[in-house]
Amino acid sequence: MDLNIAGIRLDVTEDGYLTDVSQWNKEIAIEIAKKEGIELTDKHWEVISWIQEQVKNEVALSIRGIKKSGVLNIKEFYALFPGGPLKKATKIAGVPKPKSCI
Amino acid sequence: MKNLLILGAGTSGTMMANHLVKKLPKKEWKITIVDQYKTHYYQPGFLFLPFDIYSSKQVKKKGSKFIPKGVDYINDKIELIVPEENKVQLENGENINYDILIVATGTKIAPEEIEGMSGPEWYKSIFDFYTYEGAKALRNKLREWEGGKLVVHITEMPIKCPVAPLEFAFLADSYFRNKGMRDKVDITFVTPLGGAFTKPKATKALHYLLEEKGIKEVTDFNIERVDYENNKIIDYADTEVEYDLLVTVPTNMGDEVIERSGMGDDLNFVPTHKGTLQTLDHENIFAIGDATNLPASKAGSVAHFEAEILTENILRYIKGEKLKDEFDGHANCFIETGNGKALLIDFNYTHEPVEGTFPFPGVGPLKLLKESRTNHMGKMAFKWVYWNMLIKGVHIPFVSATMSEKGKKFDIKAN
Ligand SMILES: Cc1cc2nc3c(=O)[nH]c(=O)nc-3n(C[C@H](O)[C@H](O)[C@H](O)COP(=O)(O)OP(=O)(O)OC[C@H]3O[C@@H](n4cnc5c(N)ncnc54)[C@H](O)[C@@H]3O)c2cc1C
Repeated sequence: MDLNIAGIRLDVTEDGYLTDVSQWNKEIAIEIAKKEGIELTDKHWEVISWIQEQVKNEVALSIRGIKKSGVLNIKEFYALFPGGPLKKATKIAGVPKPKSCI
Repeated sequence: MKNLLILGAGTSGTMMANHLVKKLPKKEWKITIVDQYKTHYYQPGFLFLPFDIYSSKQVKKKGSKFIPKGVDYINDKIELIVPEENKVQLENGENINYDILIVATGTKIAPEEIEGMSGPEWYKSIFDFYTYEGAKALRNKLREWEGGKLVVHITEMPIKCPVAPLEFAFLADSYFRNKGMRDKVDITFVTPLGGAFTKPKATKALHYLLEEKGIKEVTDFNIERVDYENNKIIDYADTEVEYDLLVTVPTNMGDEVIERSGMGDDLNFVPTHKGTLQTLDHENIFAIGDATNLPASKAGSVAHFEAEILTENILRYIKGEKLKDEFDGHANCFIETGNGKALLIDFNYTHEPVEGTFPFPGVGPLKLLKESRTNHMGKMAFKWVYWNMLIKGVHIPFVSATMSEKGKKFDIKAN
């Protein structure tokens, strides 16, 4: 599948995750967020960079992990990304969808 | 004399003792195994105990029956592991030195992680079935329960035997049907995952089962607390699910001894090399089974496959040879679907559950991902295989430690 954002063609997975992380930039993040009905604030950006940092360090993302992020608590995470916060935040951050362990 | 010490005499530890006693020269190596309980529990049986399918006697036996001669079996709680000094401290104050250590302390439930779960309603209207005590208390409750809202719930992943909660829901459906009271029971399955099955391929193939049995599904539910005064569970998005009887699988964590010894991750699982089973922090410490942080299923069948590779690697380590980097996350499990039927699924780190037959490619006898009576017989036979072959380290014919791709239909690769 592909997605057209700000005139750029992006390859995405069936659920709308970027397949090539290097294509990510802030403009794209803003557009993906809009599609999810989210207007990005400073706090959102803080969470997004924290998520990108975790992925870079190969730390598996989980709701429990948010408790120790030092960025926000789970309740706030839900408030910022209503619905499925982990799924939405990772999609906006341009990182792969977190694997649910088997 | 050198010492090989195994911590935990559950499925994995017992298997390792049986494998190694045959391989290590008796004159050079002393093998010791420690467990806090004298009883060996057959945990897969905890699924059947609540429904009076198994009796309590069928799920527990004396541990010493399964520890081979020539292995020193100690019954005590492990207090601390001190990797820097190659020693383990027991609760009674005794110290055991080791040259090689195998951590097989498994995982257990931690209901205290969620507010309100293990409070005053624990074992009254809120139950687990992952412990002997929980499964038995639930059996007594079900015998007299008159119906209402039954909620089967997973707190957070990972949990051991990830399909057990779903099987519980299926068996509950059969149980209440047989009792002639299915119309009085409303069954809802609540999961933190995006669907009842954890791998997309299995979800597609198996969703019909939920519909067929009239089991409702609530997905993406990350529980925040149990409001036991008003009989509901509440998640972080403020979604509420009401229950009259809550059967939950609490957070699964490694034993506190791992935390006390500073050897675990957030959930007290030991960081372990995926392919060799050596722990990442200490050369002479290996880990197996539910105690590891491997991204494989926490299941007895996985531990069985791991045990073969770990045995080989312990021998290589002793000889100073390169370790075999071979474990591929191979898991297979029977999924009990109720009414005397079951499914068999087979998968590893990279392949999702596949359709096909097992263990003879193309012939069977057990059908992967297809519901059948043969599979149910397989699940029931597993109890016999478990007590008589698996934990005794007898090789199970036709089943190999790494996954065979023959006779299986692959199309999607998991990522
Ligand atoms: C309801 C249910 C259904 C299941 N169904 C299946 C199934 O169908 N198929 C399947 O393959 N698997 C199934 N499993 C999973 C399977 O039982 C486990 O994966 C398996 O037992 C793991 O073995 P283990 O040796 O790693 O851990 P365990 O068997 O749990 O052993 C750990 C041992 O360590 C001991 N220990 C821990 N800490 C200490 C300490 N500090 N001091 C002393 N001793 C300690 C414990 O007492 C225990 O005996 C099921 C599990 C449950 C709960």
